[in-house]
Amino acid sequence: MIGGLFIYNHKGEVLISRVYRDDIGRNAVDAFRVNVIHARQQVRSPVTNIARTSFFHVKRSNIWLAAVTKQNVNAAMVFEFLYKMCDVMTAYFGKISEENIKNNFVLIYELLDEILDFGYPQNSETGALKTFITQQGIKGQLQTKEEQSQITSQVTGQIGWRREGIKYRRNELFLDVLESVNLLMSPQGQVLSAHVSGRVVMKSYLSGMPECKFGMNDKIVIDKQGKGGATDDAGKSDLGGGSGKQSIAIDDCTFHQCVRLSKFDSERSISFIPPDGEYELMRYRTTKDIILPFRVIPLVREVGRTKLEVKVVIKSNFKPSLLAQKIEVRIPTPLNTSGVQVICMKGKAKYKASENAIVWKIKRMAGMKESQISAEIELLPTNDKKKWARPPISMNFEVPFAPSGLKVRYLKVFESKLNYSDHDVIKWVRYIGRSGIYETRC
Amino acid sequence: MTDSKYFTTTKKGEIFELKAELNSDKKEKKKEAVKKVIASMTVGKDVSALFPDVVNCMQTDNLELKKLVYLYLMNYAKSQPDMAIMAVNTFVKDCEDPNPLIRALAVRTMGCIRVDKITEYLCEPLRKCLKDEDPYVRKTAAVCVAKLHDINAQLVEDQGFLDTLKDLISDSNPMVVANAVAALSEIAESHPNSNLLDLNPQTINKLLTALNECTEWGQIFILDCLANYTPRDDRESQSICERVTPRLSHANSAVVLSAVKVLMKFMEMLPKDLDYYGTLLKKLAPPLVTLLSAEPELQYVALRNINLIVQRRPEIMKHEMKVFFVKYNDPIYVKLEKLDIMIRLASQANIAQVLAELKEYATEVDVDFVRKAVRAIGRCAIKVEQSAERCVSTLLDLIQTKVNYVVQEAIVVIKDIFRKYPNKYESVIATLCENLDSLDEPEARAAMIWIVGEYAERIDNADELLESFLEGFHDESTQVQLQLLTAIVKLFLKKPTETQELVQQVLSLATQDSDNPDLRDRGYIYWRLLSTDPVAAKEVVLAEKPLISEETDLIEPTLLEELICHIGTLASVYHKPPSAFVEGSRGVQHKRLPGSAGSGESVDSPETTSTAGVSDAPPAVIPSQGDLLGDLLNLDLTPTTAGPPPPAPSSGMQLGGMDLLGGGLDSLIGAGFGAAPAALPASFSAPVSGGLDDLFDLGGGVGMPMGAYSPPKSVWLPAMKAKGLEISGTFARRAGVIQMEMTLTNKAMSVMTDFAIQFNRNSFGLSPAGPLQVLTPLSPNQSIEVALPLNTSGPVMKMDPLNNLQVAVKNNIDVFYFSCQYPISMLFVEDGKMERQIFLATWKDIPNDNESQFQIKDCHLSSGKMA
Repeated sequence: MIGGLFIYNHKGEVLISRVYRDDIGRNAVDAFRVNVIHARQQVRSPVTNIARTSFFHVKRSNIWLAAVTKQNVNAAMVFEFLYKMCDVMTAYFGKISEENIKNNFVLIYELLDEILDFGYPQNSETGALKTFITQQGIKGQLQTKEEQSQITSQVTGQIGWRREGIKYRRNELFLDVLESVNLLMSPQGQVLSAHVSGRVVMKSYLSGMPECKFGMNDKIVIDKQGKGGATDDAGKSDLGGGSGKQSIAIDDCTFHQCVRLSKFDSERSISFIPPDGEYELMRYRTTKDIILPFRVIPLVREVGRTKLEVKVVIKSNFKPSLLAQKIEVRIPTPLNTSGVQVICMKGKAKYKASENAIVWKIKRMAGMKESQISAEIELLPTNDKKKWARPPISMNFEVPFAPSGLKVRYLKVFESKLNYSDHDVIKWVRYIGRSGIYETRC
Repeated sequence: MTDSKYFTTTKKGEIFELKAELNSDKKEKKKEAVKKVIASMTVGKDVSALFPDVVNCMQTDNLELKKLVYLYLMNYAKSQPDMAIMAVNTFVKDCEDPNPLIRALAVRTMGCIRVDKITEYLCEPLRKCLKDEDPYVRKTAAVCVAKLHDINAQLVEDQGFLDTLKDLISDSNPMVVANAVAALSEIAESHPNSNLLDLNPQTINKLLTALNECTEWGQIFILDCLANYTPRDDRESQSICERVTPRLSHANSAVVLSAVKVLMKFMEMLPKDLDYYGTLLKKLAPPLVTLLSAEPELQYVALRNINLIVQRRPEIMKHEMKVFFVKYNDPIYVKLEKLDIMIRLASQANIAQVLAELKEYATEVDVDFVRKAVRAIGRCAIKVEQSAERCVSTLLDLIQTKVNYVVQEAIVVIKDIFRKYPNKYESVIATLCENLDSLDEPEARAAMIWIVGEYAERIDNADELLESFLEGFHDESTQVQLQLLTAIVKLFLKKPTETQELVQQVLSLATQDSDNPDLRDRGYIYWRLLSTDPVAAKEVVLAEKPLISEETDLIEPTLLEELICHIGTLASVYHKPPSAFVEGSRGVQHKRLPGSAGSGESVDSPETTSTAGVSDAPPAVIPSQGDLLGDLLNLDLTPTTAGPPPPAPSSGMQLGGMDLLGGGLDSLIGAGFGAAPAALPASFSAPVSGGLDDLFDLGGGVGMPMGAYSPPKSVWLPAMKAKGLEISGTFARRAGVIQMEMTLTNKAMSVMTDFAIQFNRNSFGLSPAGPLQVLTPLSPNQSIEVALPLNTSGPVMKMDPLNNLQVAVKNNIDVFYFSCQYPISMLFVEDGKMERQIFLATWKDIPNDNESQFQIKDCHLSSGKMA
């Protein structure tokens, strides 16, 4: 198991050091600093073995988090834990920075004592932790006996993510379907790989211990219902807003720990008691029938040894009534670029020497439109034999629909003990499609 | 709220000030002071001097302060055991506190204080806490048992905590179950043979129930524990699999990987024709692909594991090639791993896509990545025959880019392609030759030289090319030198007329001017071959080479099986068994996959698996041809690291003289390298005078029973050269019989049998008087002592040095060759003592021209000895 956990600043000074196991000594702290943080070459693996001691590290801005062990630990668990640790810290004091860590070091020690015992991760749900680890510290004395046992049963209980007795005057929930669409396209316009990784984020403000059921246009479910002959879809699809008839094939999905996985496995129904507030209900991945919101058509011509001509056309490929936002096209330029002239039809384009790229920004663009940029790049003559690697042209954007085609069909809420029904809950659904790694080779 | 100020106090006399503050009456000031102490502790300052003052602050109602004091205690209690006792009372009291959070805190902290005296006091509170009404306290106490076990295992057993811990597996609270499982698993690891975690269908059922209810971390503990269970039959195996598969949809990647581990292991037991088997295979791919959209560090862990899974069950990922395509912004460690998996998945169906990708990668920036991509193209050619032509043309395109390291890497892989498809792509040699000058890496130079030598008859100016390399012969690495030597010999055998001078030049460079024993040996062998029997030389040097195999870098099967049992853990990341990087007793047990039911794919006998991973580097699955033989045929393009450094150069004269003294020095140089530089043909007159010396010396020591002395055994045949067979030995003369005494050690993983031995012709006609007596098979890690009687009736051929003996040993695996030197003294008969007159008469019988005279100066022998 994890033998120790260290947090360093960018200089390699220790900000937090907590040792859980006897086999980890103080020299481990220095070993990591010398061999990884101060290493001459770039570190080539997130797992480093120094003198039979293994170091796992992640970096957040310029802060290093390192977990140390001498045993054959579950490596995936260690990384998951380090990420979780970052989440918990962020939930407590915001951005992970040297300043914030120093300011909250007592709190961090307290958290580390609670969420990692003898190197075994314990309950790390922020919601639960916040009930008894507070920055005031004295809360322990003010709690009544009932409160105490409530805390402990929540921390250890089956529904560790939610406490009892939550009350809201207005029962409300928000569903965000957030997708990032990834593309790798050849210069000729052939799709080399494309996939959507999506998340359903839920903000719930519901009283009591509500039982929820979530439905979407999952092909497997729809096909099953289709076979049964029952077509009560029309009544249910009111939440989706659009044409909910088309179904999508989901390659794989993962769920927040509140979802009953065995039920999903057997019936493919998603049922759960949600945590209070914001959390990520599920993640999914699709690869079939993806709507690619933009197509990038590059044309790069080398004119002699000192000049490049670049022409890039982008085409939007969605309903004309919808608007894409925050469009940014990044066209890489060679390292020996001396000057660039750009002409673009829409938006603004600028050559950024420090980033070795032409950055073309368009605020808004409707569907089924196209726009073009052309640039002349002057090059300094070099004797560098190495050819320019021609990095791909990348794109960023945001569109108000789900490129995977996913639609929310329903989210039903049942709370038998309190007197509100599914109809009383106000529900909001929003779809946002963003670019993930959206690249076209040139 | 700005605790950061505590990090900045670096004045002198700080400790003194802190002491005062700690003893302050004001609570706030006390707390401030403790915070400062903790901050100093964090940055590595020694604040142990404040121990009594900090412990005094322990009695407080303030939970935050209490936690800080505990933190201090955990750090320094070990250095101040006597004072730590002062804290015991507070702990014991806190364990009775009405607040479960405080009870748990006390028991958690106490377990972290590694002081024997304190652990004694821990037992009672711990016993109570294990039965506490509050699950939070119980789950903390469960882990505390593991802590206590780490400090004093005997105590834990004596106090019966292990049984209480076992009872907790049936606890109503899932988190208590999970922690109890974690603690038991850890304790069981240090008692490999105890039946601590006696997993039976009932407990398994409890665990599977708890699995559905506990936290993500708890699920990991339980799944990791389940993976150690071996189901009784395929039905049980299937029912566990059915209950584990839902975990594949968990958001936590570690839960997913641990579930994959359980499934991969239990799948072994399912009959392959079962429908469920197919369903399970299909279910495994999507979650593995999903892992690739996690954070890069987790992607890395996932990729390392997928690499194993693909080797064990290629069918799982065979349609998923595209997800392993490298993204421009992937961290380098992710890129390299993806590339590895792409090659593993390459098949005729997807080769076109893969090649297009690889070609793209070969133009990237990162040198390591580009090299690996180029190498991958070569491996595709070898793996998928249909693609070979396209691969070769892609490689030629890359060579045209003239990017130095790309060209070098391409040449190295083209050499392998030649080896795999002889007489098919030699038309490209001309292009390769154009790039001769730009090669500056040994591996590329060696590959190019090999190509020139191998195809010397088709390259008009092969002699010029090779000659150009010869100029800087001594500056080349061993790899290149060896290759050059062989290439020139090949050239000579193919075009003897024009290249005589060249071959003489290289032979003298290799044998006379080099102090590398490998090179010299090879030089001598060629020299002798060429001078004695050119036809035989042709047969040996230009022999047909075995084709190279497709997959050369697969993990050795037994190791792979073990690693599959460790999916998700560090072992699977390092691709090494835990014993290779874990100290002490933990993790030394070797895990194995259960035997499959109903299919013929059973696992080898247990003893073959037990030695896996003795060494850090896992043995290659398909070792190259017997190394020594390989050396002769020159298949070794990997750099041979010459074992011990060559002995300091000393003049041939001196050594020649000493050589005949036999014994000591031989065994020093012996070691199968035949390194005695004495044998330089040029200086052959020297030993004669030495020999005379010797004679007198022997005469002086007559009474001595000859042959009683035998040099200590030295390693003749290192295990790495002989697929795990190590032979060390010496010669002795016992009761008038010359004996070759050997220790055979099996350092490989399989049993060795059918040993036989043969000698090459040698100076004194030594030959085995009987067969090699190894009656029982030699199991892994076993050694056996063998004494082989020798006689001198074999065929005679003068060797250089005189006492050199070339030996071939055969076993069920292969034939191995080595050479060793025997002390001349061993040959002398015991009845050598002569009467003075007879000696003188015999002396006179020797013709006068055989006599040489010289003056012995400064002779300080005592008179007695002279007589």
